[in-house]
Amino acid sequence: MQAPDPGPMPYAHEYGTRLMVSAAVATTGIMVDGVPLKLKLRRAERMRKLKAVGLVAPLFLFIVVSFGIPIVVMLFNSIYDPYVAKLTPRTAVALAAWDGNDLPAEPVFEALALDLKDAQKAKQAALIGRRLNYELSGARSKLIVSAKAAAKLETGPYKEALIAADPMWGEHGTWTLLKRTTRAYTPYFFLSSIDLRYDANGEIEPVPEGEAVYQAVFVRTLLISATVTALTLVLGFPLAYLLATLPARTANILLIFVLMSFWTSLLVRTTAWFVLLQTQGPINDFLFYTGIVGERIQLIYTRFGTITAMTHIQLPFTLLPIYSVMKGISPSHVRAARSLGAGPFYAFWRVYFPQTMPGIAAGCLLTFILCLGYYITPSLVGGPTDQLISTYVALFVSSAGNWGMGSALGTILLVATLILFFIYNRLVGIERMRLN
Amino acid sequence: MSKHDRRFSLVLAGVAALGLAMTGQASAEDSITVVSWGGAYQASQKGAYYDPYLADKGVKVIEEEYTGDIAKMRAMVESGNVTWDVIDVDAATALAGCDQGFLEELDYDKIGQPREKFVVGGANDCAVATIVYATVYGYDAGNLPAEWNGQVPTTVADFFDLQKFPGKRGIYKKPFVNLEWALVADGVAQADVYDMLRTPEGLDRAFAKLDTIKDVAVWWEAGAQAAEILGNGEVVMSQAWNGRLYNAVKNEGRKFVIVWDHQALDFDFWAIMKGTPKLDAAYAFIAYASDPVNMARQSQFIAYGPSHADAIPFVPADVLKDLPTAPDHMPTAFTVDATFWGDNSEGLQERFNAWLAQ
Amino acid sequence: MTLPVYASPIERGWYVLHRVFCGCLFLYLLLPILIIIPLSFNSEGFFTFPMPGVSLRWYQDFFGSDRWLSALQSSAMVAIAVTLLATTLGTLAALGLSRANFPARGMVMSLLISPLIVPVVITAVGMFFFYDKIGLINSYPGIILAHTALATPFVVITVTATLMGFDQSLSRAGAGLGAPPITVFRRVMLPLILPGVLSGALFAFVTSWDEVVVVQFIASPEQRTLPKQMYSGIRDQISPTITAAATLLIIFSGVMLTTIELLRRRSERLRGIRAT
Repeated sequence: MQAPDPGPMPYAHEYGTRLMVSAAVATTGIMVDGVPLKLKLRRAERMRKLKAVGLVAPLFLFIVVSFGIPIVVMLFNSIYDPYVAKLTPRTAVALAAWDGNDLPAEPVFEALALDLKDAQKAKQAALIGRRLNYELSGARSKLIVSAKAAAKLETGPYKEALIAADPMWGEHGTWTLLKRTTRAYTPYFFLSSIDLRYDANGEIEPVPEGEAVYQAVFVRTLLISATVTALTLVLGFPLAYLLATLPARTANILLIFVLMSFWTSLLVRTTAWFVLLQTQGPINDFLFYTGIVGERIQLIYTRFGTITAMTHIQLPFTLLPIYSVMKGISPSHVRAARSLGAGPFYAFWRVYFPQTMPGIAAGCLLTFILCLGYYITPSLVGGPTDQLISTYVALFVSSAGNWGMGSALGTILLVATLILFFIYNRLVGIERMRLN
Repeated sequence: MSKHDRRFSLVLAGVAALGLAMTGQASAEDSITVVSWGGAYQASQKGAYYDPYLADKGVKVIEEEYTGDIAKMRAMVESGNVTWDVIDVDAATALAGCDQGFLEELDYDKIGQPREKFVVGGANDCAVATIVYATVYGYDAGNLPAEWNGQVPTTVADFFDLQKFPGKRGIYKKPFVNLEWALVADGVAQADVYDMLRTPEGLDRAFAKLDTIKDVAVWWEAGAQAAEILGNGEVVMSQAWNGRLYNAVKNEGRKFVIVWDHQALDFDFWAIMKGTPKLDAAYAFIAYASDPVNMARQSQFIAYGPSHADAIPFVPADVLKDLPTAPDHMPTAFTVDATFWGDNSEGLQERFNAWLAQ
Repeated sequence: MTLPVYASPIERGWYVLHRVFCGCLFLYLLLPILIIIPLSFNSEGFFTFPMPGVSLRWYQDFFGSDRWLSALQSSAMVAIAVTLLATTLGTLAALGLSRANFPARGMVMSLLISPLIVPVVITAVGMFFFYDKIGLINSYPGIILAHTALATPFVVITVTATLMGFDQSLSRAGAGLGAPPITVFRRVMLPLILPGVLSGALFAFVTSWDEVVVVQFIASPEQRTLPKQMYSGIRDQISPTITAAATLLIIFSGVMLTTIELLRRRSERLRGIRAT
């Protein structure tokens, strides 16, 4: 149905059939109370819209506050590191004028000495040291020593005094680093997240081979997610096909089994695998007593264990969308193809399979997205080389206390996830997202 | 009131009751929250301090456990909602907590013990040592691998010797002690270890030595795991804190043997969370726990030595011989260098994690 | 699925192979979960078969320990609060979203669903930073808030799905007969969408009940929930008590699943969508 009279009701095309009919009436009629029907309708419409918005508003605000702002704070933390800037205000100003060529002049040293003095008094000097230590190993204790020395200084010349306190202040690299860290906004954490760093002259360079790790972790995250997704598809597709083609009663019972696994908590399933994969655990018992293996094999803390457990957990997520698409495919299509002379495999491959593509896309994308964020399962059943990016996010934030690094890695993971979600939304549409 | 309204008000009442239940968890006056490391160690503190404290002074100790999570502590102090009072910390945390200002600076007068009575390095500005423990390694004599041909490991070098003693190793998932041992096993003299670790070449050498056992390593994070993976056969030898292995022998009848070679002595400390509303109660508890007579009690529950010089006479002789500080165990022992780790723990942990991930 | 009579031997071979393959898959899906159950009755403290004997000692351990019981209690309390909050907010939002002329629905819906998509570690870290600033860290209200954010997407999705099948003319009929909107909602709409709302509520409950990553970050050891206690138990010292706890959780989720399945059928029956 075409939208009538788009002039007075610019959004008429969005409205339901009923409204369109009313709108058509409105072009002719004026109501008894003298208000044109058109106007009244528009008012009523606005009221309805307001009501709808009013119903959604509480949750909307709730999500923004309890979930949205935290995410924004994390994004912000990945580029914002204000400690040094806050604690060394004088040095920041003095260094802004430094040309970066030789060692800075006496006024800069004086500014630093005064800042360190204050920081020492406020017991915050260690925070500056901590930040410098990220990029210059050992700087933490050197800074604490310097701050203690600075606290005792009454007059200049400060340059000699600071260099005497620690020779690091006589090195050019320390000052380029300090200048960088006096800016509250820094790309440092993102650079580190992709294994880059600043050299002594402030140029960006790759970190040495032995210490590069995150590029490899990102690749590993993608690789494990892709492997698990592929496995769930290879395993899930035939099972979905079985469920979709069995008589309803049998299929329902089998479906309950699938859902049973779906509904069991992730932690419980991971616990189960943790127990199963032990060297002295049930799987090894079975393999050993049946003579399949001569001696017990390492299953837990391996890539194999991680992928087995993740595939087990993700299987229903891939399977269910495929199943629901398959249920909508009429068996008559394949029958028609067969009767037209197609062989069984040809008919399946050319007629049935293409129709399942929406389900495959939905299931695989969902599984892939969820796999990217895995944390609990790899941390319990995987070894150190099987950890995904989430593990490092958690490690940096909780035990290392390096929030910037955790946030930067998290931001990259978040962006990757959102891109995929966007594709998912385009391809599948969140409104069609179903549970069960 | 219609049926529906009644149901609605029931729900409301339920929500209100729930809210009350949550806010009403205000702790009783005569209690103090003490946070420690869980497992056998915390059980020993319960036996030695918490239970007697309630009996003697009528103050209940609410026990909590953590895994040395600095971020949690920092967040708690920064948010101003401090619910922990006394906390058991390791040396690195004691230093970091003091530097970053989330531990209270201690007034030794209030503890009632002079600083010099504690072991060297045990009386810090923000933390006072409570026990001396050792990082050692052990094997299960009740389950010796056939490949060992009846031999048993006796040195740190044997821990790294895969030819003579094949099999998996349980190792602490931190650089602490591992780097030291790697150099010792590589033939570096005890006295030179920390000097070497301060140089890039020394670090490379330590990591290179660790590389040789990386493939057989099973990494543990919580103290109890070490005894567990050794007991269930996941590994043939495991690094551990001596008390954990000792307790498995004493309480669970395991046949673990501790190898007392180049054992790394270290301390655990009591510290007070900055901003605790129960500052006085916290001091009172630490004073009680630092009293030599009370401190000596802990050795009966776990094989860790007292940190207070006057406590040693109160430890029974049969317990004394199992402590890390027993003369038999001391010839090759060394003390973990707190300054070295205070300076380098963050950088080295990062490097260690990167090394693990490769 | 029965084979047509004209099936070739190769087809028959594939048919059998497919069946066997699927049989193995069911074992893969179910055995890991089911094997936990007998292990929780093991009389010894390890996980090997054959079990030396059967005992209830791990259940005694569970129900005799303050730790586990208080964990059970706080989990239940948090989950109930989350369920009430999430169901109310989510149902209201779903009602609004299902109005025909809701502005920018796609965008709004994406935002409301996003807690489901964003990796949970990221959510946890963000909440840790922000809740710390506003004093919600290490507190039950903080956990409830966080879990509610994670749970509402499920309520929105299930209730929106139910509303899709709801015949709006029923509400209009009610209104036309003179009932005020609140009465229409309560007497006409609610009974019909109730199964959807209830299954959304169960999803919300389970989300909170199972959640372990966010509590790791924003709860202190005092707010010990059941999954948190299990997780730290596995990392610290895996005792068979954990298998007992896991068994209880498996039974619990089984009951939940059955309830949801029954609700779904009832909903379809009420709305006239008869399952074939």
